[in-house]
Amino acid sequence: MIGSGILKGMAVTARNFVGSYFEKDRLITVQYPEERNPLPENYRNFPFLIYDGDDPHAGLRCVACKICEKECPPQCIYIVKSDDKKPDYMGKPQLYPKVFDIDISVCMSCQICVEVCPFEAIKMDKEFELSKRERFNHLLQRKEELSKSNDYYHKICPTDAAEVDAKLAEAAAKKKPAPAPSAPTPVSAAVS
Amino acid sequence: MSATVQTLEAMERPPVSMGSRLEGELLEVSMGPQHPSTHGVFRMNVALDGEIVRKLKPVFGYLHRNHEKIGENTSYLGSMPYTDRLDYFCSMTNNWAYALSVEKLAGIQVPERAEYLRIILAELTRLQNHASLLGFLLNDMGAWGTPLMYAFREREKILDLFESLSGSRMMCDYMRFGGCRVDASDDWLVGAKKIVDRFPKFLDEFEELILGNEIVIGRTQNVGKVSAELAINAGVTGPMLRACGVNYDLRKVDGYGYYPHFKFRIPLGEHGDTYDRLMMRALEMRESVSILQQAFAQIQPGPVLNPKVKIRAFRPPIGEAYGRIEGPKGELGFYLISDGGPNPYRYRVRPPSFINLTILEDMCLGHTVADVMVILGSVDIVMGEVDR
Ligand code: SF4
Ligand code: SF4
Repeated sequence: MIGSGILKGMAVTARNFVGSYFEKDRLITVQYPEERNPLPENYRNFPFLIYDGDDPHAGLRCVACKICEKECPPQCIYIVKSDDKKPDYMGKPQLYPKVFDIDISVCMSCQICVEVCPFEAIKMDKEFELSKRERFNHLLQRKEELSKSNDYYHKICPTDAAEVDAKLAEAAAKKKPAPAPSAPTPVSAAVS
Repeated sequence: MSATVQTLEAMERPPVSMGSRLEGELLEVSMGPQHPSTHGVFRMNVALDGEIVRKLKPVFGYLHRNHEKIGENTSYLGSMPYTDRLDYFCSMTNNWAYALSVEKLAGIQVPERAEYLRIILAELTRLQNHASLLGFLLNDMGAWGTPLMYAFREREKILDLFESLSGSRMMCDYMRFGGCRVDASDDWLVGAKKIVDRFPKFLDEFEELILGNEIVIGRTQNVGKVSAELAINAGVTGPMLRACGVNYDLRKVDGYGYYPHFKFRIPLGEHGDTYDRLMMRALEMRESVSILQQAFAQIQPGPVLNPKVKIRAFRPPIGEAYGRIEGPKGELGFYLISDGGPNPYRYRVRPPSFINLTILEDMCLGHTVADVMVILGSVDIVMGEVDR
């Protein structure tokens, strides 16, 4: 019968309409910003720099090796090496970035900087409400805004952060019994 | 729609059919890029005789981003996130095609679990692409919103899966040379299986909603017919080719990945019209569900990334490779020439929707303007991939 297909379709819409009051499966709208879905642990947005302890300068893990700057596909990282050195988490004097900028208006959240960094110094953040009123200055994040503590990382990615801590502790433990400079850890071997 | 200032070059009048009405002048109209149903920023110059299309010329390039040249100037790994942005509905299959061609180039083995994960993700991509395509097609036919929202509701569940696995809903950037970036947890697999098991229910409902609908049938049957010969000669691939009855699916022909270990059928059309193309998507989704169920049953724990592949300073040997997969839209291929350096010497994409679009004029001639929108919708284009 002509029109029966249309009627059947209408029945489907009616079922969906009525069902949306009873079945959670059919009503999936979330009233953002009042309601929020929890973010999955793997969620990534923009990178940030990690520091250990309380002092963003002393604890900064980044040693300004510039690998991430080189590998970033859209070239949105800008680093200037420091003139002096400061001790890193293993007590070895290392350079640190005098300038570390990420232009998050260019960054495409690809996570390649995180993958290539040999020092576990850069990780992906989960903050996404980042709209700014100004286009140029405010979307360029400086070292001060990018530096966040390891505790913060533990808060947003508990599993990954624990893994990273274990890895660093292992590297540090390996280093201690053999303090000879000719036995580099695998981590620093990757940079030299 | 606005009258254009440009003229179609050499616009000789095609013979008007016998018994024609008043023979008017051809009116040249520029449809798009801001026309609501030209997906994305696609523009075509059409010459109209009343409502009938007499000539049609697609105009590409509004979304050109220099993808191939950028690929030649970034490292091999650096191109991976850019491939997400080709066809932003199907970033997982784009990743796979690119990873496959680099793996061919450098002779990299992929662990078994990674192959299964790739198949799972590719088939999930196919499900969400086809579901939203059907929704968009109905949108173009005037069923505003409702079918599209039902399709998007399902798509959203799959995108949530992608997000919890790769970190991003659409720009997944998940695959790496020699495997996948992170492993899927057991919880993830259970959640994905649940969604896939529910999918046929959605398909039943969706098919009931649209496929028997007299308006849909009237608008699509015998509209935009393509002969198998033309489709083959034009290099059309994917569901569009199979709607003409040509049995060509790279999952069977090439048997890349672990597809030879799976049992599935290739749906074939007969008439090559818009209705067949629509049905093709609906049937392919059923087959994808069956592939997914087999994959969930067969997947074993194991490594997901080949540990021999270097992330930094990756340099494949000198040579060339062409890797292709059956994407949701057709054959997606990446052609790479390596001169031994960190960047490809040549990086070329074979985008399925661009090549499928080349026969748009042949499909549209003699149909009305309203049909053009339906035909265009059934080609399944994404401008990010067409213009690159
Ligand atoms: S996430 Fe990607 S684009 Fe953003 S800074 Fe890191 S490497 Fe660059
Ligand atoms: S790769 Fe890591 S350590 Fe090196 S400059 Fe980048 S963030 Fe710093």
